[in-house]
Amino acid sequence: MSKQKYKWVGTRPDRPDGADKVTGRARFGADFNMPGQLVGKVLRSPHAHAIIKSIDTSAAEKLPGVKAVVTAKDFPEQPNLIVPTGEMQVNLRDVTRNVMAREKALYESHPVAAVAATTDAIASAALALIKVEYQVLPHVIDVAEAMKEGAPLLHDNLITEGVKPVPTKPSNIAKRIDNVKGDTDAGFKQAEIVVERDYTTQPVHQGYIEPHACLASMAEDGQVQIWSTTQGHFQVRGFCSRLLNIETSQIRVTPTEIGGGFGGKTVVYLEPVAVMLSKKSGKPGKRVMSREEVVRASGPAPGGTVHVKIGARKDGTIVAAECTIALQAGAFPGSPVGPACWTSFACYDIPNIKVIGYDVVSNRPKVAAYRAPGAPISAWGVESTMDILAQELRMDPIDLRLKNAAKKGTKTSYGPVFDTIGFVETLEAAKNSEHYKSKPKPGMARGVAAGFWFNVGADSSAAAHVAEDGTVTIISGNPDIGGSRASLALMAAEELGVDYDKVRPVIADTSSIGFNFVTGGSRVTFATGLAVVNSVRDLVRECKVRAAKTWGVDPDGVIWENGCAKPAGSNVGEFEPLSLAQLAATAGKTGGPINGHNQLNAQGAGPGFGVHIVDLKVDRDTGIVEIGRYTALQDVGTAIHPSYVEGQMQGGAVQGIGWALNEEYIYSAKGKLDNAGFLDYRMPVASDLPMIETIIVEVPNPHHPYGVRGVGEVPIVPPLATVGNAIARATGVRMTDLPMSPPRLSAALDAATPRMAAE
Amino acid sequence: MAKTHVSTTINGEPTEFLCEPSQAVLDVLRDQLGLTGTKEGCGSGDCGACTIMLDGRMVCSCLVLATEAEGKKIDTIEGMAKGDQLHALQKKFIEFAALQCGICTPGFLMASRALLERNNNPTETEVRYWLAGNLCRCTGYDKIVRAVMEVAADMRETAR
Repeated sequence: MSKQKYKWVGTRPDRPDGADKVTGRARFGADFNMPGQLVGKVLRSPHAHAIIKSIDTSAAEKLPGVKAVVTAKDFPEQPNLIVPTGEMQVNLRDVTRNVMAREKALYESHPVAAVAATTDAIASAALALIKVEYQVLPHVIDVAEAMKEGAPLLHDNLITEGVKPVPTKPSNIAKRIDNVKGDTDAGFKQAEIVVERDYTTQPVHQGYIEPHACLASMAEDGQVQIWSTTQGHFQVRGFCSRLLNIETSQIRVTPTEIGGGFGGKTVVYLEPVAVMLSKKSGKPGKRVMSREEVVRASGPAPGGTVHVKIGARKDGTIVAAECTIALQAGAFPGSPVGPACWTSFACYDIPNIKVIGYDVVSNRPKVAAYRAPGAPISAWGVESTMDILAQELRMDPIDLRLKNAAKKGTKTSYGPVFDTIGFVETLEAAKNSEHYKSKPKPGMARGVAAGFWFNVGADSSAAAHVAEDGTVTIISGNPDIGGSRASLALMAAEELGVDYDKVRPVIADTSSIGFNFVTGGSRVTFATGLAVVNSVRDLVRECKVRAAKTWGVDPDGVIWENGCAKPAGSNVGEFEPLSLAQLAATAGKTGGPINGHNQLNAQGAGPGFGVHIVDLKVDRDTGIVEIGRYTALQDVGTAIHPSYVEGQMQGGAVQGIGWALNEEYIYSAKGKLDNAGFLDYRMPVASDLPMIETIIVEVPNPHHPYGVRGVGEVPIVPPLATVGNAIARATGVRMTDLPMSPPRLSAALDAATPRMAAE
Repeated sequence: MAKTHVSTTINGEPTEFLCEPSQAVLDVLRDQLGLTGTKEGCGSGDCGACTIMLDGRMVCSCLVLATEAEGKKIDTIEGMAKGDQLHALQKKFIEFAALQCGICTPGFLMASRALLERNNNPTETEVRYWLAGNLCRCTGYDKIVRAVMEVAADMRETAR
């Protein structure tokens, strides 16, 4: 419908940064250089858990060509203070320890020292000269093991939050959260059928193709410049300011083009170290991670355990649901267990819900956000259990979900009551899709699952400037990770009534626009989009004032239509419309440059729901799964640029397929990662997949002028269970542990075969 | 350590450089010649972001020693557009939204051109297997495969 309603919104023009990105002109994190720059390298712990008894850097410092060496001693101690970052919360005391280990190395490849040298070879040689004395400690990798009494403790002072009475002894359980709606004990008494299962998931890496990289320079006057590939340059500035005790406005961070992030580039690893090396050496320095460093030491999404219990009546009405989730936080507290809990049953209108979450530390790299953080893990458990329920009730899985679907007015387990949402519409679109109506091809079986994400608002700033010729620049502060320049320009063109190519979107550095929260949580097109629309409205208001001045009338007598100021009616007077170009030409006489601004904390993010359908085949001998057909459906509110909306849905679905079928971290008995590269950490490649069909559902968000909800997170939530549900229907074997990789799946099929033969 | 002198042709231009014996072509392109369009995603030949043509053969430039380029012809993403005209694949990638973040795009374009130069009538399966050495984490490959198929169809139409 939006296609008729709008001139630009809902169209598919070329993206503003397209030519740069197909010609190699676009400059990413590793593509920036400064004269005289040094090469930075990081020394990392070879142990999963060890006390750092001493670090001797003297030999490295003496090596010709070495200009600086830093260790944790160079970074000031930080308070025990929680600050928001991206979609997660972090503790400054822990961040500084993650950037550079202090008392202990808490995971293999934890940074312990860094050098800046004139060449790569000298920097490498210097690392080899740093002598670190370790006292190796017992380690723990698995989340269930880490929760046990007597497990090796990572932090002597970690007392579980959220438990009463307050524990007297430290443990690896950082936090427990409880989410209760109604009374599940009473609810389960009404149930005629109860399904209960345990599930596990493995950690997975975001897998962005561009490694972390930055260039940093601290000048003699204390001013700092950083070029960084990040989802949030304002967060990079904030962390560097806090971790290095530098006034925030002294730091200018320019976001480079970003080669994927998916949540993993909302935190800092390199930047504070690079600035400290620059400070000590007096030279700018560049630091680029190797792929191996990315996998070993940057945040994966957590693995975890999920226990699910769902009770229903025979007609499919769910009366009670419980879920217990324990997530690996990595070496420091702060897994996305909160969102994992809150999203778990958000798709359904269930009177009695109890969700318990545990945040558990272990000797792994600290987790970072990954697309809908936490949600795919709980959805893997809940949506698999929903499928078992549908099978036991002999109900169509979409009908079971329709019967229990959350709608406007449904109260969530975590508090809010849903406003207008489109889950029912998405389920109905799935049911009516050509894919669902057709029979799977011979040998193929079908799976269905749903998913939810809140979508996010938060802080954004934007400006709209009219150039001397009447063309417009839209300035915002969120790195464009997958086409947001295009969506912002489309909304600005629509609002202004000018052509898309008359609007040029740019992404400003931290000193050139007001604060913007990270690119994440599916917030940019919604929240920054809102700031852009409001800044254009501010610009239009100013244009009306200028037209009124030109005509000698009251500004209230001027309207804005099709990119021109016009008299509101004949009573105002007979005036020819004034275009942006005409207003710009006379701006000097009517009050100077014409600009608009807006800053806001965007409220009213519209929740998103998705439903995925897969047809797949399982090779019983090898355990290899062949995806035959895949359809992703999602309520996106309004698709501003449908091609990039489809792209988000397709990309998220494929990341989820990788999570379901192949991706995992394999640790040795010594707690060392055995598959730290793209060869053994197996992400989906083109030949693993069919086309990913998309069906965009549009139930506009009433809290956004164009109805935007946000797109990027939801599509990674359903695939895990979608694939698992199809495998269960293909083989009769219900997989509960991820990944459903060929060795695991063939082992499960082998184990099940005698039992099935006996049946 | 003495550096090695290498004479090559890069994107049609005679080019000379000095390199360490241990340096890869990728490092020389990016760090010495300023040709940063070729990207490093892994350094181990698994992601294809550094795909270039070496004497007409598709290679991962992170796996080729710079000294091996002596007397050879290198083609990189910077040479793909002719004057102000984008290559048909470049145009179609933009039109079809076959890139999101864009870091893998130069590698995909180089690999796709190499495919279409050999086979202008590939099946979807052939496209998918040819591009299986190039990782993209954003798109799920759908729009990339469609763009390549569409350009192939256009090429066949033009050739008729």
